[in-house]
Amino acid sequence: MELILTLDPAVVEITVRSLLIAVASTAIATTIAVPAGGLLHFHNFWGKRAIINIIQTLYSLPTVTVGLLVFLLLSRSGPLGGFGLLFTPGGMVVGQTILIVPIMTGLTIAALSGITDQVRDSAISLGASKRQAIFTIMVEARAAMMAAVLLGFGRALSEVGVAMMIGGNIQGYTRVLTTAIALETSRGDIEFSMALGIILVSISLIVNLLVNRVQGRWWT
Amino acid sequence: MKGKVLQISALALILALLCTAAAAESGAGAGQKERLKISTTTSLYDTGLLEEMEKIFEEMYNVDVHTVSGGTGIAIQYGVRGDVDLILVHDVVRERNFIDEGHGLSRSCFAYNYFIIVGPKDDPAGIAGMKAPEAMKTIMEQGMESPGLVRFVSRGDDSGTHAREKLLWKAAGLDYEEVRSSGRWYVDAGKGMGPTLLMASELAGYTLCDTSTFEAFRGDLALVPLIEEDETLLNVYAAIPVSPAVHPAVNCEMAVKFVNLLVSEVGQDLIAEYGTDTIGKPLFKAARGDCDLIGCSGDECAMPLAEGACSLAAA
Repeated sequence: MELILTLDPAVVEITVRSLLIAVASTAIATTIAVPAGGLLHFHNFWGKRAIINIIQTLYSLPTVTVGLLVFLLLSRSGPLGGFGLLFTPGGMVVGQTILIVPIMTGLTIAALSGITDQVRDSAISLGASKRQAIFTIMVEARAAMMAAVLLGFGRALSEVGVAMMIGGNIQGYTRVLTTAIALETSRGDIEFSMALGIILVSISLIVNLLVNRVQGRWWT
Repeated sequence: MKGKVLQISALALILALLCTAAAAESGAGAGQKERLKISTTTSLYDTGLLEEMEKIFEEMYNVDVHTVSGGTGIAIQYGVRGDVDLILVHDVVRERNFIDEGHGLSRSCFAYNYFIIVGPKDDPAGIAGMKAPEAMKTIMEQGMESPGLVRFVSRGDDSGTHAREKLLWKAAGLDYEEVRSSGRWYVDAGKGMGPTLLMASELAGYTLCDTSTFEAFRGDLALVPLIEEDETLLNVYAAIPVSPAVHPAVNCEMAVKFVNLLVSEVGQDLIAEYGTDTIGKPLFKAARGDCDLIGCSGDECAMPLAEGACSLAAA
């Protein structure tokens, strides 16, 4: 408790790093997942169902599996080893992006599906082109899509598998809230772990409240 | 509409790049400085000894020491893949393999202590005072007879401590595979040392442990050391720089400098004293002067490595 109240510099540093890495992963994942979800929703093609099924399966991808996969890719002996990304924050962003793209894509599709055909039909009947109709649907679905982005952010912030395997929990460099909790628990400092856990939950709460507020004020 | 999507995407990407850069920057100007990557066994890291050593090293040379802590199994694996420059581990068999396979430059013993066998205070299997292999055999016999009363909790994670447990079963004339599948008394935890201790404490079981982790957890445990300072429980920590011959990208020069700090006066003194002010007694013993006792012959014995060792190996 004291550590939170007195804003212990080490704790602040770890918290800021956690946020930066999760925001970066979520931002990259958004630029991939939203267009991908849109493409999948608005186009019909052979194998579409199968792809959506695969995406939904990947929702439950264990974080340690993604961690292992990305570790094998980024390791010096792996195909992308030359970039030297293993045990760096950049590598963690790559791993977390891979982790959250499926769930964000899937939820984008779900968000778009939630808008009834009526919206599209009335848009078209009002003289909208196909493109304008797609735009209208995306605008209508913005709240649900925001939820997709938030869920992605939450998963990136709270996962430990990728952060541990790719970041390596290096003090002052790749140590984030979740890996610090794992370390302090294994060191036997249960109180410190709990303090960090409380910070993690508080961040999620604050982000959710903020987004609700923003949505309430300006968007609806 | 396309334009707008592009704009938003571009904004998101810029945000992502900024955040990644900021996260990298927050590592105290990492990137400009040289980096030494060490993979270490948990006991050296969790006790805080290595952090102290890092501070001294970072003051001596303008370098960022990045430590990745895990069991000996994964620590060696990082070395085999060339992902770190130096490994600090405690499993002599796998250390020798690592060097024989060409991944390691040389082995330098720098510290040791003893494993201990800990168990419930009332010692239901009655092992206090026995030699370690005999005690293990007794735990098994008693465990098979009354599995609810006597249990052994194993790390089961291929760590250095787990490797030592296997050696002890062997020394007792038993086959590890048979032991682990011989009944409910044998609990394969698959966890790090701390969680394994907590589990053993909850189950009122026995386990093999390094002294430093046990001291860190002692307050939370209903366990006491039953067998200590037995020569079959010797626990020797060694440093091995990853060989630049197999992995040209490693920072071998810095790794050698770090080894030389570990075995120097300063390093050995720190090891010999570390823990005195926090728990009242040292957690490790310095390897200096005890090389025969700990089985580190000749050039493995806490001696500085030659400055040219790296270029020699690379050529």
